[in-house]
Amino acid sequence: MPLIADLSYLIPELMLAGGAMALLILGVFLGDKSARLVSSASIALLIATLLVVAAMSGWPQRDVFGGAFRIDAFSTFVKLIILAAAALAILMSDKYLAGEQLGRFEYPVLITLAALGMLLMASANDLIALYMGVETQSLALYILAAFNRDSRRSTEAGLKYFVLGALSSCLMLYGASLVYGFTGATQFDAIASVSGEASKNVGFIIGLVFLISGLAFKVSAAPFHMWTPDVYEGAPTPVTALFAAAPKLAAMALFTRAMVTPFAGVADQWTPILAILAVASMAVGAFSAIVQTNIKRLMAYSSIGHMGFALIGLAAGTVEGVRSTLIYMAIYIVMTIGAFACILLMRRRGGMTETIDELSGLSRTNAGLALIITVLFFSLAGVPPMAGFFGKLFVFQAAIDAGLIWLAVAGAVLSVVSAYYYLRVIWIMWFNEPAPVFEREQGSRLGLTASVSALMMFPVFLVVIGPIRDLAARAAAALF
Amino acid sequence: MNEIAAQGLLGQPWLSLLTFLPLAGALAIALRQMTAKREANGAIGAAEQASIDAVSRRIAMLFTLGAFVLSVFITVAYYDPTESGYQLVESAPWLGQGVGYKMGVDGISILFVLLTTFIMPICIAASGAIDKRVPEYMAAFLIMETLILGVFCALDLLVFYLFFEGSLIPMFLIIGVWGSKGTKTLGGVAMPSRVYAAIKFFLYTLLGSILMLVAILWMWRFAGTTDIPTLQQTAFPAEAQKWLWLAFFASFAVKMPMWPVHTWLPDAHVQAPTAGSVILAAILLKMGGYGFLRFSLPMFPLASVDFAPFVYALSIIAIIYTSLVALAQEDMKKLIAYSSVAHMGFVTMGVFTATTQGVEGALFQMLSHGFISGALFLCVGVLYDRIHTREIAAYGGLVNRMPFYAFLFLFFTMGNVGLPGVSGFIGEFLTMAGAFKVNSWIAFFAAFGVILSAAYALRLFRQVMYGELQKPALMAIADVDAREMTMLGLLLLFALVLGVYPKPALDVFAPAVDALLRNFDAAVSAAGGR
Repeated sequence: MPLIADLSYLIPELMLAGGAMALLILGVFLGDKSARLVSSASIALLIATLLVVAAMSGWPQRDVFGGAFRIDAFSTFVKLIILAAAALAILMSDKYLAGEQLGRFEYPVLITLAALGMLLMASANDLIALYMGVETQSLALYILAAFNRDSRRSTEAGLKYFVLGALSSCLMLYGASLVYGFTGATQFDAIASVSGEASKNVGFIIGLVFLISGLAFKVSAAPFHMWTPDVYEGAPTPVTALFAAAPKLAAMALFTRAMVTPFAGVADQWTPILAILAVASMAVGAFSAIVQTNIKRLMAYSSIGHMGFALIGLAAGTVEGVRSTLIYMAIYIVMTIGAFACILLMRRRGGMTETIDELSGLSRTNAGLALIITVLFFSLAGVPPMAGFFGKLFVFQAAIDAGLIWLAVAGAVLSVVSAYYYLRVIWIMWFNEPAPVFEREQGSRLGLTASVSALMMFPVFLVVIGPIRDLAARAAAALF
Repeated sequence: MNEIAAQGLLGQPWLSLLTFLPLAGALAIALRQMTAKREANGAIGAAEQASIDAVSRRIAMLFTLGAFVLSVFITVAYYDPTESGYQLVESAPWLGQGVGYKMGVDGISILFVLLTTFIMPICIAASGAIDKRVPEYMAAFLIMETLILGVFCALDLLVFYLFFEGSLIPMFLIIGVWGSKGTKTLGGVAMPSRVYAAIKFFLYTLLGSILMLVAILWMWRFAGTTDIPTLQQTAFPAEAQKWLWLAFFASFAVKMPMWPVHTWLPDAHVQAPTAGSVILAAILLKMGGYGFLRFSLPMFPLASVDFAPFVYALSIIAIIYTSLVALAQEDMKKLIAYSSVAHMGFVTMGVFTATTQGVEGALFQMLSHGFISGALFLCVGVLYDRIHTREIAAYGGLVNRMPFYAFLFLFFTMGNVGLPGVSGFIGEFLTMAGAFKVNSWIAFFAAFGVILSAAYALRLFRQVMYGELQKPALMAIADVDAREMTMLGLLLLFALVLGVYPKPALDVFAPAVDALLRNFDAAVSAAGGR
């Protein structure tokens, strides 16, 4: 019974889809007072799914539904991180949403649905499946961006995200149809088998470029990054925390598979494009962030820059490159979640604060939080011995192994430029006179999340670096 | 009996223990602070904070002294100064693919380890005037010591890089948090000048060393390992050596610092608290010279030969130009900072002569500069603690009120000038002797540095010490107390002993330097002579 076998491989996705719908019905029946219940149930659902994915990690690699989805070590690695990040996003939202009178039951359900889309993206092995995954994720995210519907900024962010997102989907679809037109296939392996012949035709290459443009939009790589700062700033902060983490990994995973599997034969066509995207993103991220005063906008540019660094690995086009991208993304997600947990802790009587100057003198008013932010930001800057340094180390290594020494040098120099604005946050906390204290929360989830992620960046990472490399190596090897 | 007991402990990871001992002290301080905060429910009274401060001072002193005792013990019990290779080597698997955790010392590094552990307790003792955020300050210094010791002990290039770069973080905070007052306007934006200095220090050094990282990655790929002893035996292709040499040079030249990338140093020195300046001048700058000797010379011999004239030129410019700049300074710390750049010029010149005298002289110069410049910054600190200004013009005639201080200051001034009998002389003499062997013009120009150093150092001494004691603020100034006397006296002792009888230090350097130069000459002659 191949159908049953196929379905059994999709248990995680089915769990999320079924669970999300059940929770939706539950929410409709109970009304908004069920928000807490639904959000706890969503977290439980995501964690249960995570455990199932982990339990299935030993299963042999398999293509399901006629090769539309591929479940392999790569997708498992990505899915585990996505599910953890999505669960944390809900966990970190509760207090904020309650404070802003946004505690509605749709919120966790939408995140669960977005997670479903991301899982599909991680496994997608066919142009149609690719599009399906992206849209499932994106539609949920558009709504989340506009979740604070009484706020002009939030609705603006949602609308902007939707319009530009739709445009990028168009680009992607157009590219996909061109590729289909010249290869006669949508399944990645089928494309791969004829790509050598098809690449003689310029239309195929144009299709590839459109596809890359659409995907670059999803990972917010420059010059397709314009939406990022506005959406990050406008969306409610916990939503921004979600945007910066899981969807970035899902999009990067999709990007990786969509390049490496179908277009392996024409790597000389897309690796230079990715190298240019990488340099552009690093430069935009580094230079634009210098003048930011809002910490969410700063994080937006920071994430653009980080995507540039992650793309270096992909631009190398090798197994080591993909491995380094995966490690980079894993580290990036932990740092980002930690950083946003800290941002969510920037709360005073009368609401959230978002400007960097509010952190002034934090090391004296709240030494623990200041220390956590310091570790996380040094890690974001890539200063050893924090984990962020190793992320950069491995992508540079991959670039050098692939002979792209110029790319490694460019990345290295731009990482110094970007170090400036991370340092700015640190010096504001340590060197300036204290601003009014933030509200203290004893034993809060946010504080715990932030401290755990800081500890993972240093010193835990130094110890587990070997196993993480092995895991990422196995995941990357599955693609080649 | 003792011999046997000592042998039994030989296999222990002594260097790791030494390196991470200060870190344990930092953790102890953090723990003390945290428990106090918990007991007081977040709000700590002034009296309570004072007692925590005192405790953290004591913990810091205890651990730095412990590290000193341990380093002396290791050296006496286990280090064989006649051996040329790496000793006390310990290794553990870490990253795989040729990258492991590896520590070890040889004749080039052991004395820097000792210098570090010796200077550190003095830094802690010199921090009596620090009155804000004492626990954090002490913890930063202890972390700093761990990172510095790691730099000198690491035998894996990547591990070295971690320590080398990591040391930026505590120094950044030390300058920025405990630096002096004053504002600086940069591009229309006013910011405290300590912040400006801290950022300049951080970004300058980071930019220099990030290029080294790329080079390290290339070497890792080429040799399949980052093990330093292996890399020192690896023959890199001549063309690649040039690029690798330049990348390493970018990092170490900034750290030394060499002209024209020295401009961060005066800023950092002026803004840093006294102990920060001491550690910067006495130890951090030495990492650059150490890097040249550990990496540039043995790993890229051909490129070192090719670029030697370039280094000579920069060194000569540094020696003469920064001496002239020092002559024009109004700020005591700035003057000493520029003189440091000039003295480091002798080091780079000596290293790249690749002669026994030159290299040993460079090492000796670094060692002696560690004592003398450290002491000079302490001397400035003594005045700053009393009068709170570093302006040369604010002083004059101090010899009347502070005879002991005047004596100590004179001694270290003479050391700075390179008077025979003080350790500074030996280093300058040997490096110039080495340079003379290569090209007499280099030595000729470098000798100007000696003359100029006398000019600026004596000017400083005259303006601060001699003349009429007119300024009312200086009338009641007190002479050095017992604590300051001890610190400066210890440094004086070492500078004097090494100046009169340098043989013990040179004997420790000799086997490692000989082996280094043997390999160097072999590599160069194999490639077709020099």
